[in-house]
Amino acid sequence: MIELQNVAMGYGGSELVAEMTLKLVPGSFHFLTGPSGAGKTSFLKLCYAEMLPTAGYLNLFGQDVRTMTRDDIAHVRQKIGVVHQDCQFLDHLPVAENVALPLTVAGRSVDGAELRELLTWVGLRAQAGALPPQLSGGERQRAALARAVMMSPEVIIADEPTGNLDWEMSLRLLSLLVELNRMGKTVVIATHDLNLIRQAKAQVSARVLRIANRRLHLAGADL
Amino acid sequence: MMRLTMFRADMSATDRVVPPSGHTANLTVLTSAAMAFLAVFALALSLASGRLADRWSEALARSATIRISAPPEQMEAQTKAVLDALSTTPGVESYRALDDAEMKKLLDPWFGPDLPVDSLPLPKLVELTETAQGMDTEGLRLRLAAEAPGAVLDDHTRWRRPLVSAAGRLRFLGWLSMILIGGAMAGMITLAAQAALAANGQVIRTLRLVGARDAFIAQAFVRRFTLRGLSGAAAGTVVAMIAIALLPATDEAGGFLTGLGFTGWGWLWPLFIPPLAALVAFGATRHAAFRMLKEVR
Repeated sequence: MIELQNVAMGYGGSELVAEMTLKLVPGSFHFLTGPSGAGKTSFLKLCYAEMLPTAGYLNLFGQDVRTMTRDDIAHVRQKIGVVHQDCQFLDHLPVAENVALPLTVAGRSVDGAELRELLTWVGLRAQAGALPPQLSGGERQRAALARAVMMSPEVIIADEPTGNLDWEMSLRLLSLLVELNRMGKTVVIATHDLNLIRQAKAQVSARVLRIANRRLHLAGADL
Repeated sequence: MMRLTMFRADMSATDRVVPPSGHTANLTVLTSAAMAFLAVFALALSLASGRLADRWSEALARSATIRISAPPEQMEAQTKAVLDALSTTPGVESYRALDDAEMKKLLDPWFGPDLPVDSLPLPKLVELTETAQGMDTEGLRLRLAAEAPGAVLDDHTRWRRPLVSAAGRLRFLGWLSMILIGGAMAGMITLAAQAALAANGQVIRTLRLVGARDAFIAQAFVRRFTLRGLSGAAAGTVVAMIAIALLPATDEAGGFLTGLGFTGWGWLWPLFIPPLAALVAFGATRHAAFRMLKEVR
């Protein structure tokens, strides 16, 4: 699905991550942790080809990323749902249209009932017509999650999804991600929040990865 | 395929992903309108110059004048000699000597109506028209030199050529102006499109994040700018056509200036300007969009 072998990635002469080796298998649940600036976001961007490796081998859904065209990358991103900390919405479109955006860009028609069901699942049915700037932090994160799963992707990548949320809202978002994993989706979450990781490990079999010194390690059993 | 499906009515969802931008939109429409207005006038100038060049060419190509300058006592004899020579010259379709009244009319614009033609030693003029096959001008010149030494053949070549050449150049300048207007319009729309793309960087990043292809993103901008170009150019063309229709009617006294307009089927030519403007806007925006999108992963 997503496979990295000795992947390194740098920018402007400095190396951001190095010697990254990992294979994400279908249905797995991974946490990615590490200090700020360690390279968590860079690693995640490699996973959906927003950044390309400067060395090593990166395979996305059976295709070497070095041979992928821009259209291939766009196609791969339709198989990966991404939730950013800052969410990245189109602020001039209502929540429902933002959530349906992956379908719109793929040229597929939007099933109104399916969209309503999804909004209900993330608890945003009443906010369907609201504009993103009118949403609270938790609502924005849930809307971003709804958008990420709209195309029923195989992988869901979340970069600090609970960074701006209170504990109660963080647990609610986590429960949605756990539910998706139980549905067979592969989930990768970058987070600082060790309590969140412990909470998740109580519910699913999650693997915890740590980035330190620009390299990827399997975290200790204390988590 | 994208080009063909771009203007389908069900593309509103694609349009909506780019936020409306009132100020830029108005400027693009205004620019297109102004450019189309100028293009219509350049087109009118080109067509009028073309007509003028054709008219001058046609009217003067087959006509010539023989001027007879001789002492009064020889004038009649030399005029008769010229007319005799013309009657036996192959390629001469018709000829006639201008009478005093016609000479006076020719001189009126220069000397006024009170010119005493009788008391002035005016040359005699003989007007002739060639057949389609033409005549042997050099042969006629030699014959006149022998039979009527005071007669000089003027086949108008000397002054016809620069006039036709000037009209041709005017027509060329009209077309060149249209090309320059199209280029300037493409440049301005490219700048407006680039500004719109730069201002919507966050929108583009979000669209790419959810799997939008470059063609999809470009389409949203291209369609918008093409429609703006089309609507602006249509308005500018209509206004320019009305302005040209309101110009004074063509008459002899007005000459070229009052002939600056369209005639008959020529009124259809300006209708090509809005689609051409849309094509220019399409090409300029598409080029700008794809070039810019290559920089965003």
